[in-house]
Amino acid sequence: MATPAFPTSFVPGPLWGNGPTPGQVYNFPGAATAPDQWGTQRTLNPSVTTTSVLAVKYKDGVVMAADMLGSYGSLARYRNCPRLQKINDKTILGCSGDYADFQFLSNIINQRVVEEECLNDGFSYTPPGLHSWLTRVMYNRRSQFNPLWNTYLVGGIHQEKPFLGYVDKIGIAYEADTIATGFGAYLALPILRDAVEKNKKMEEKQAVELIDRCMKLLFYRDARSLNKYQVAVVTKKGSEIRGPIVSEANWEIAHMVKGYE
Amino acid sequence: MEAMAMMPYQQEQTNHIERPIQHRFSPYDFNGGTVLAIAGEDFAVIASDTRLMTGFSILARDVPKTTQYTTNTVVGSCGFHGDVLTLTKVIQTRLKMFTYLHQKEMDTSSVAAMLSTVLYYRRFFPYYVYNIVAGIDTEGKGCVYSFDPVGSYERETYRAGGSASSMLQPLLDNQIGMKNQEGAKQVPLAKAKAVALVKDVFTSAAERDIHTGDAVCIHVITKQGTTKETYPLRRD
Amino acid sequence: MFRNQYDNDVTIWSPQGRIHQLEYAMEAVKQGSAAVGIKSKTHAILIALKRAPSELSAHQKKILPIDDHVAVAIAGLTADARLLCNFMRSECLDSRWAYDQALPISRLVSMVGNKSQIPTQRYGRRPFGVGLLIAGYDSAGPHIYQTCPSANYYDCKAMAIGARSQSARTYLEKYLDTFAECSLEELVKHGLRALRDTLPSEMNLNTKNCSLGIVSVDMKFKIYDDEKVASYLALIEGEERSTAAPDGEEGDAAAPATRTDLQPPVPVSAAADGEEGMES
Repeated sequence: MATPAFPTSFVPGPLWGNGPTPGQVYNFPGAATAPDQWGTQRTLNPSVTTTSVLAVKYKDGVVMAADMLGSYGSLARYRNCPRLQKINDKTILGCSGDYADFQFLSNIINQRVVEEECLNDGFSYTPPGLHSWLTRVMYNRRSQFNPLWNTYLVGGIHQEKPFLGYVDKIGIAYEADTIATGFGAYLALPILRDAVEKNKKMEEKQAVELIDRCMKLLFYRDARSLNKYQVAVVTKKGSEIRGPIVSEANWEIAHMVKGYE
Repeated sequence: MEAMAMMPYQQEQTNHIERPIQHRFSPYDFNGGTVLAIAGEDFAVIASDTRLMTGFSILARDVPKTTQYTTNTVVGSCGFHGDVLTLTKVIQTRLKMFTYLHQKEMDTSSVAAMLSTVLYYRRFFPYYVYNIVAGIDTEGKGCVYSFDPVGSYERETYRAGGSASSMLQPLLDNQIGMKNQEGAKQVPLAKAKAVALVKDVFTSAAERDIHTGDAVCIHVITKQGTTKETYPLRRD
Repeated sequence: MFRNQYDNDVTIWSPQGRIHQLEYAMEAVKQGSAAVGIKSKTHAILIALKRAPSELSAHQKKILPIDDHVAVAIAGLTADARLLCNFMRSECLDSRWAYDQALPISRLVSMVGNKSQIPTQRYGRRPFGVGLLIAGYDSAGPHIYQTCPSANYYDCKAMAIGARSQSARTYLEKYLDTFAECSLEELVKHGLRALRDTLPSEMNLNTKNCSLGIVSVDMKFKIYDDEKVASYLALIEGEERSTAAPDGEEGDAAAPATRTDLQPPVPVSAAADGEEGMES
């Protein structure tokens, strides 16, 4: 729905030659049949959803951005949904997908951060630590067929270097210099990659401008987006969440876009 | 009735006239990647591309699908990346326990046997991962083991796995197995020749297979240890 | 021994406010052979004296690896040590499983503390009869911790446990201020000298009875045994042994168990609370 799932018509290939497709119900000793379409199912639908998160590593930190719209199907229902979270001075978290699932996990993470703070031993969540933990949580939930319908981006500074990682609802995880979820993966990611490749030592100002430009682009093209968004920045000096920022849109030429009716 | 004929895990359903469009949850994905391993007389070569994909999108360009498990065992795993990560972690944890318990590293043949049981443990909710294990056996010879996702495995001299495997395997049959050639003699494969062959076949695979590309990560395993090199592939 | 009304169970207090069962367990540590741990700003090392129960058997392992970044030297009941060791290994593996990170040493030690406290407060159970020197390296630097059967644990700059370890502690106290700036070689020399001081004069350290473990920021914990310690032993070979006369202390079968002997050793502690005895 609001979150464009990655190409949805994809079906994994068979496990082995002429074998069953992964996820198909398997009947011993070998007859694979399609599952009853109306059989037992946990309803696994996102309801209030949020769209893209963009993030880019630059010379001395990470910039992340996400708009504040909570969509109910095609209805732009909530206009003030913050979904960038400061975990500590070195770590930020961004989320797209089901907003309730994000709030659920966010509460758990906050509780764990507080508990860890209470140990008072000088150790706190590191970006790769949180990323790894999220991977385990998301993979375990998918394995129980009870997924958290989210994609998470973890940004931060680890051992003096910028860190940016991705985890999704089935436990795919990786690190990269530029990551975008949802529609951003199609619309913004090529622009982000191009900019970073051409300018390997990007400054914070340039990175923030790049992200701003992409957020505006998404507002123009992604029907489930809003021009009100937050930006999170982490550097060695600390992490902060800026905004809400409202980008000025210009629809003057919109009437010239014709031929798609 | 049309709906019934559809593939079960297609996410969009067509009969949403009475109900809103639904996302159907699929616990699997295919994230591309090709793995290739060749066993020589006293060495083994194992390589994988570094592209991570979903559908038609490139998620990342520098994620090798090979993992070094012991000094002389490297495993290539591709398929569903979530399972790849978990399986790799399970194996590495078990290897660590083994090392403390037995005060030595596990042999390559034992890593292969253990991997098989770990895979079969999930026979009815499989790890959607194609594995190839490469290393040095107890006699000092190069060895390669290939697996299916539920743990069936055998020892071989060369094997390609993953998205471009059906392109690479016949090529290897011809070039290393000397199949379908008249009067061709089986000569021992030199290490440099193997590495050059790996680069060539990956370059070719990247031309034809959209799930393979960006770079290829090549491990050369000998008794002394493992060396790693990265060779660029096309990135489109 | 004298009859004691108040030492039947670990849950019984003596009128003097002591728990005799715990103090007996502390004695078990002193029956084990000695182990020394020292840290500098860059390294943490363990050096231990291995014993062979008989001519027919091999020397018992004294330094056990826990994870890439941590190992323990043991003194006391080996079987109890093995159990604690398995516990620590699984906690370290769990940390790597969930967070892909090495478990901080302080957290590992507090887990051991919490685990060992339970049998000190339950009817019918016995405390662990083993003391550990835990050496490790994490993002906060090198660490040496001491744990006791009483479930106390201490953050140390240097420490020695086991039979006749008072002599080693005396040595360590003397050079305490120099350890922080020591090179690895100097550190190992100090460790070997301290351990040698626990030996009776007719005995010496050799490749059979000495075991060494080293960890630092760029090096996984490595344990050296047998021939591999020879080069380190050569560092202090031929040196004059310190003349500190061994006083009739713990481990000496002739010494009667008087009350003062039951006091736990005062640790050479880095932490402010390190000076407290186990009563606290």
